[in-house]
Amino acid sequence: MNALTSFILILVVTGLAFAGGEISSCRVLLDVVLPYAAMAAFLVGLVYRVLKWASSPVPFNIPTTCGQQKSLSWIKSSWIESAHTKLGVAVRMAIEILLFRSLFRNSRAQIRQEGPRLLYSENKWLWLGALAFHWSMLVIVLRHLRFFVEPVPRFILAMDAVDGFFQISAPQLLVTDVVIIVALLFLLQRRLTDPKVRYISLFSDYLALFLLLGIAISGVLMRYFFKVDLEAVKQLAIGLVTFSPIVPASIGALFFVHLTLVSFLLAYLPFSKLVHMGGIFLSPTRNLPNDSRMVRHVNPWNYPVKVHTYQEWEEEFHDKIKAAGLPLERE
Amino acid sequence: MPGAPPKPEELVQISYDPPRADWRKTRFDFQKGTYCYSAAAKNLRYLDLPNPRDWQPYEADWKLPPNWKEIILKGMKERLEKFRSFRLFMDICVRCGACADKCHFFLGSADPKNMPVLRAELIRSVYRRYFTLAGRIFRGLAGARDLTEDVLKEWFYYFYQCTECRRCSVFCPFGIDTAEITIMVRELLNLVGVNTNWVLEPAANCFRTGNHLGIQPHTFKDSIDFAVDEIEEITGVRVEAPINKKGAEILFIVPSADYFAVPHYYTLLGYLMLFHEIGLDYTFSAYASEGGNFGFFSSHEMMKRLNAKIYAEAKRLGVKWILGGECGHMWRVIHQYMDTLNGPADFLEEPVSPITGTRFANARSTKMVHICEFTSDLIYNRKLKLDPSRNDHWKVTFHDSCNPARGMGLLEEPRYIIRNVANHFYEMPENTIREQTFCCGSGAGLGTDENIDMRLRGGLPRANAAKYVRDKYGVNLLTCICAIDKATLPTALEYWTPGVEVGGIHELVANALVMKGEKERITDVRGEPLQLGKEATVNA
Repeated sequence: MNALTSFILILVVTGLAFAGGEISSCRVLLDVVLPYAAMAAFLVGLVYRVLKWASSPVPFNIPTTCGQQKSLSWIKSSWIESAHTKLGVAVRMAIEILLFRSLFRNSRAQIRQEGPRLLYSENKWLWLGALAFHWSMLVIVLRHLRFFVEPVPRFILAMDAVDGFFQISAPQLLVTDVVIIVALLFLLQRRLTDPKVRYISLFSDYLALFLLLGIAISGVLMRYFFKVDLEAVKQLAIGLVTFSPIVPASIGALFFVHLTLVSFLLAYLPFSKLVHMGGIFLSPTRNLPNDSRMVRHVNPWNYPVKVHTYQEWEEEFHDKIKAAGLPLERE
Repeated sequence: MPGAPPKPEELVQISYDPPRADWRKTRFDFQKGTYCYSAAAKNLRYLDLPNPRDWQPYEADWKLPPNWKEIILKGMKERLEKFRSFRLFMDICVRCGACADKCHFFLGSADPKNMPVLRAELIRSVYRRYFTLAGRIFRGLAGARDLTEDVLKEWFYYFYQCTECRRCSVFCPFGIDTAEITIMVRELLNLVGVNTNWVLEPAANCFRTGNHLGIQPHTFKDSIDFAVDEIEEITGVRVEAPINKKGAEILFIVPSADYFAVPHYYTLLGYLMLFHEIGLDYTFSAYASEGGNFGFFSSHEMMKRLNAKIYAEAKRLGVKWILGGECGHMWRVIHQYMDTLNGPADFLEEPVSPITGTRFANARSTKMVHICEFTSDLIYNRKLKLDPSRNDHWKVTFHDSCNPARGMGLLEEPRYIIRNVANHFYEMPENTIREQTFCCGSGAGLGTDENIDMRLRGGLPRANAAKYVRDKYGVNLLTCICAIDKATLPTALEYWTPGVEVGGIHELVANALVMKGEKERITDVRGEPLQLGKEATVNA
């Protein structure tokens, strides 16, 4: 149900964009107003979100330690998984962010009633799918810089060359285009067919996937099948980033779909779970060093509490302490 | 008291595939054996906690204060502003499901709301409704739901089916730690007087007498003296066990179960024998007679209130530093919280072993050393005479207790000790030990009899891993360094994996330690006969 509603929503947005692109008076709206509004929502929203997180302090040093602590000199400590130095934490975070370390641990549990026996098996598909999607996404976003700057930076050209190393079809087939769609379909399939994941999935989980699929598919269609006027696209893009937008005569309906969905994504991102990309950097179970007995962590709102003092305790149990022959402060 | 739990065959008639349903519309009931009873009013009163009254979870009317909803929402807002962990973990979950089958309660019960992600969604849905723009506008579509009494009851049920073991946080790509969320929800529930007796009675006891069991100073001394007598009987050596001794070099803190419960007690014998043998200048405290901290299972504030005794007593007695015994959540509190809560301990010195001269630089600020760090250093520096063959009747495995593993990283020290005091040591499967260790199923204040069904379910993954080494290597002793493990794993293992006993690391040390002037040992510290024939061959 959630999946269906979100799918329909994306179809409706697509339809509106498609229709809007046909009507010339709508073009200013779709080409200029919408991207600016979306970008503004994205920037303001994201900054707000990050500031909001950062405004809550970290009262305790609570890393999840995933390896041997630094203790005695002859015991080898796990300097990344149980990092006690800044460098160790930086490396741990880098591996987490760039390679999805924790997801790599993933396994699958099954139960056999006879025995009973719990069986655990390797399960790296989620890791692979997630990694494939995120890296392709990054490459594709960087690749789009070619529309916003003139001349196109060399690293983008180099990236494209690698991306297109199969050298099939014209225009050249880019590996990331295939990978991102396959990865998204895998993630969607998993959400729909794994009963556990289906059970936890919300409308917004499907919405994100359909939205990204819509963007990827419209992009691919434009590149390989229904060519749009790339010169016009670049003219529009440069116009937008230099704050002197020009609305080109015609680019092609697919382009409006693509641009509208991208705008939707930008505006939606800060208000959805997709902000996880910013949140991971701040996660206290990952970004703190396991040095809490070496260096005192200060809690900015630490406050005095009511305790039961030794004097109160001794007073209450005075006779019993005395009878037991234990020393007293006050005889 | 509930009746006998169902047979193991019945308990595992479960499927990990949840039904096709909207979880927000599924209901649960308070079935016997799956929840803990409410806290007695006297305990709330003693601790100055709000809304003391008589009530039980299975009753329809929980006698909440009329403005309970307002109190909870205000409490949420306050905690969102005070804890970055809480705010972040409410926002960034993508529901990838990697954590789903990592929780021992899910693996044992297959209740989908025991998937860590869904346990968190129980409060995330309320967070979205009242604290996010999308949730306020789009409600259900944005995964939001109203806070109702049913929701509150659901929180109570499922956040007392989490042992704060942090296993899910090892697998989460964002490090979302359900323990943090559980701590917050339990704090919120405490604001309206919804709490369990198994947590608050020990807390009240500890506040008053100094320990969870409510043992008063004279009884404390009696049980330590009793241990001293018992050691003399076994070894022929009379050890000393000073209590409240001013000017001692080291204050020694243990969980109270060590001097009042079995099999913890054998570990206590080990400490006492060890300290005598090396001539350690130490003292117990009858005031700070608890290392464990059930306050931690209630709120940050209660944790601080109970923990304060340790530094206060160290200061009063004028010791140089503090040594701590085998305990799980005690060590999470000491390692990650104590210095922040009740420090700085600038009246203490950086811990140095008086026997080996080793400087425990890793504890230079908190000034408290784990007994396994201390003992492994003694062994490494060859300060102990050990006869591991005196543990030959044990085929040993080691269960990493959750908190020392995932909240500290104490993994190698206990293993080093075991390898030096026992000849037969076998590890359980890789994904059930070290940082991936499984909880006993009874931690965080859930280890009470009325909760037995849930405890056994939660204990299944650990017991099942023990079964693997029992069947493969004949393992008959599971060692661990946690008082709750020692109290509750015997029940879980007897149920799922009969034939495997539970013991502490320093129990093995007690058996292996060759003491000056000792008589020939005929039994181990449990009074079980040693395999003397085998020992002879080893020595020959």
